[in-house]
Amino acid sequence: MARQPDAREVALAVQKLRVHFAKRGRLRFTSHRDFQRVFERAIRRAEIPVAYSAGFSPHPKISYVGAASTGAASEAEYLEISVTRVCDPERVRAELDAALPPGFDIIEVVEARGGSLPDRIDTSHWQVTLTGVDPEDAARAVKLFLQEESIPVERVLKDGRRTLDARLPVVTLGVVEDLGPTGCAILDMVVRHLTPAVRPDDVLAGLRQVSDLAPPLPPVVKRLAQGHLDESGRLADPLAPDRDAAAGADPAAEIPATR
Amino acid sequence: MSVSKPVQYVGGELNSVVKDWASCDVRWCLMYPDAYEVGLPNQGVQILYEVLGELDGVLVERTYSVWPDLEALMREHRIPQFTVDAHRPVGAFDIFGISFSTELGYTNMLNALDLAGIPIESADRTDDHPIVIAGGHAAFNPEPIADFIDAAVLGDGEEAVVAISAVVREWKKEGCPGGRNELLFRLACTGNIYVPRFYDVTYRADGHIDSVAPNRVGIPARVSKHTLMDLDAWPYPKKPLVPLAETVHERFSVEIFRGCTRGCRFCQAGMITRPVRERSIDTIGAMVDAGLKASGFQEVGLLSLSSADHSEIGPIAKQLADRYEGTNTSLSLPSTRVDAFNVDLANEFSRNGRRSGLTFAPEGGSERMRKVINKMVTEEDLIRTVTTAYAQGWRRVKLYFMCGLPTETDDDVLQIADLARKVIQAGRTASGSRDIGCTVSIGGFVPKPHTPFQWAAQLDHATTDSRLLKLRDTIRTDRQYGKAIGFRYHDGKPGIVEGLLSRGDRRVGRVIKEVWRSGGRFDGWSEHFSYDRWMNAATTALADEPVDVDWYTTRERDRAEVLPWDHLDSGLDKDWLWQDWQDSLSDVEVDDCRWTPCFDCGVCDTMGTDIQVGPTGRTLLPLTVV
Repeated sequence: MARQPDAREVALAVQKLRVHFAKRGRLRFTSHRDFQRVFERAIRRAEIPVAYSAGFSPHPKISYVGAASTGAASEAEYLEISVTRVCDPERVRAELDAALPPGFDIIEVVEARGGSLPDRIDTSHWQVTLTGVDPEDAARAVKLFLQEESIPVERVLKDGRRTLDARLPVVTLGVVEDLGPTGCAILDMVVRHLTPAVRPDDVLAGLRQVSDLAPPLPPVVKRLAQGHLDESGRLADPLAPDRDAAAGADPAAEIPATR
Repeated sequence: MSVSKPVQYVGGELNSVVKDWASCDVRWCLMYPDAYEVGLPNQGVQILYEVLGELDGVLVERTYSVWPDLEALMREHRIPQFTVDAHRPVGAFDIFGISFSTELGYTNMLNALDLAGIPIESADRTDDHPIVIAGGHAAFNPEPIADFIDAAVLGDGEEAVVAISAVVREWKKEGCPGGRNELLFRLACTGNIYVPRFYDVTYRADGHIDSVAPNRVGIPARVSKHTLMDLDAWPYPKKPLVPLAETVHERFSVEIFRGCTRGCRFCQAGMITRPVRERSIDTIGAMVDAGLKASGFQEVGLLSLSSADHSEIGPIAKQLADRYEGTNTSLSLPSTRVDAFNVDLANEFSRNGRRSGLTFAPEGGSERMRKVINKMVTEEDLIRTVTTAYAQGWRRVKLYFMCGLPTETDDDVLQIADLARKVIQAGRTASGSRDIGCTVSIGGFVPKPHTPFQWAAQLDHATTDSRLLKLRDTIRTDRQYGKAIGFRYHDGKPGIVEGLLSRGDRRVGRVIKEVWRSGGRFDGWSEHFSYDRWMNAATTALADEPVDVDWYTTRERDRAEVLPWDHLDSGLDKDWLWQDWQDSLSDVEVDDCRWTPCFDCGVCDTMGTDIQVGPTGRTLLPLTVV
């Protein structure tokens, strides 16, 4: 008869962990939904005591922050997990990293010490490799791009075709010099997160519009960093406040020896 | 230049293994001829992948059908059909094994061969090409694809792939004497592997088969299926493949027994997988534990043709539910009979996780129909079962039926509506709530080889569709209960193509080739399937023959007819099958030999096998506490 799950059986979350991870190599072809499934299974294999929501269809309490799109690699993805037992963040990092396939790599885990993680992330730093493009052509296009105040580009979104301004969120855009193999141009760009998001693809569409820059092969997109763009134009590490808080506290009192 | 869901082609699944090419001397490529999302979870391919991967010196990789967007790019850039594991060209392997659980994968096989650069006709291949071997249930009548495959394996694959690997290794070690013909001859001599080129088929002027006979000394007149007798000795999958991409089954499945002797006359699986061989409760317990640890899956499926029939299913359900209490691990029993006991099982199974709907399969709408098909379920059984389910808090029940069964009339099908009404009525009374429902799901019946209905006429698609529409209208116009009854049906046209391929002979191969040549792919997908393309191809390809699609599908066969698969031995005695067909026409039921005396279907005598059922009285292995 027990149709309703017993509320007492739902273990409460006692700690929130913030996870910085990378999406590399062929795993850049995974979608965000693919990653979610892979990650939830890794959590179970690693036996991390993740908290579950109540109800008929309990879900692990994991929140994802601004995932890179399918096809883009990333050195800077973030998520949060709630757990039912206090865990040593470094141990969680090692166990999750071992449980995930190579290419999904856990870089750092910290205990959340207040504040909101999404609020600390408003800008991304991207690198885009354009194979078969002469760096000088790319530099000319970049120059024209930066001269414009606004560059409308079209993109098909879920709710139909939309026009976005590819110029508006671009904080910096340049061609990386003397890097990588010859016969390719590497763009470096810092782009603010807007709604709807302007992605590196949209910036490339903008470059094409102002200069006819048309890469012969698909671009290889990689997110290098995410964070809050401070007044000096620097991207602040979103986990720094948690890390600093942990360092300031008494380590013996805060971090238990075992999970 | 992009393809949809690229992750399905990148490989790198958890528990996949990439071996060094040069250090292996027998190399297999396994294919499930459908999209990755359907093929990856296939239990048969996963088992063989792991069995072969554990063998020293044997390399095994997988490939799946590519969607048309990638196919176009591959053809444009001359990229061959490749494996997902190490992205190697399929044409470079020694053996290309394709598993067919349905005949609708045949055009996908031709497409994969063509993309791989392998000639699609067996006769055109040279020693440089892989040996193409078909397996799976559809291999019990591989005649429609006889020109495209080099060999077919009948029955259980675990030991067969090991034996094939040994034959190939020996032949290569000897320096490949006699080329591929000699290799195929050696495979055929094992008696379990069918090599179509060593059998000649002759036809009579009226289109009937005159004879099927070996054309070489040493080739057996009949090829026997292979039967694995000790499931506990083969506890696969141990480390299930865990995909990155989303697939149709996201769970760890353990086969709790193989075979079924319920004797449902429409069911090919139940006929060709006899006898029943149970996996013991302790092996099941150990497999579930290891599989969950290796995969991180949140759901365990206990597979078989009728899972509640395991002699120790009660203890298995209870003990697994106890073991995974509080871990959000759910258990599911995909195939269950109409039985109140199964509701108790379902309650155990949903204790620790998500509670989906309950599914029962009465198959036939009227009492008479259920006697014809030997589905021994009465209306009382069904009502008692759903009453229990609704009383215990389940809100939705799904009921499976078939349309177009032998001797069926409109009235038999319309009785499904009465049954559904009674189910809702019982549910409202039992639950005291109007917030309950049931879904009627119905599809057309396709007669299959090696079953008592192998002689039956298939119902034409127009009559099937008209019966389904009458049923739909009857349900929809019911004011009192109509809204509580969901109705799902499949139209009759794909069933006719499936029927053509199921009971076809070698001449049907021309139709398949013509369909593929005119663009046919992914015939199991309604958005890709084209009935007209199949009918046009049949008209062209069979123009010079005295037979057509109706001859293969809607025609009843007589006792004397040589059936295309008569030389392929599933163990079932043809006289027994005929008697069972006659019994069905006079509503005579036949019991299950697990709890009544043997009724001489022929399998155990012919194959030297025996029923293996418990109870063993043992328990799940205790686990160390984590």
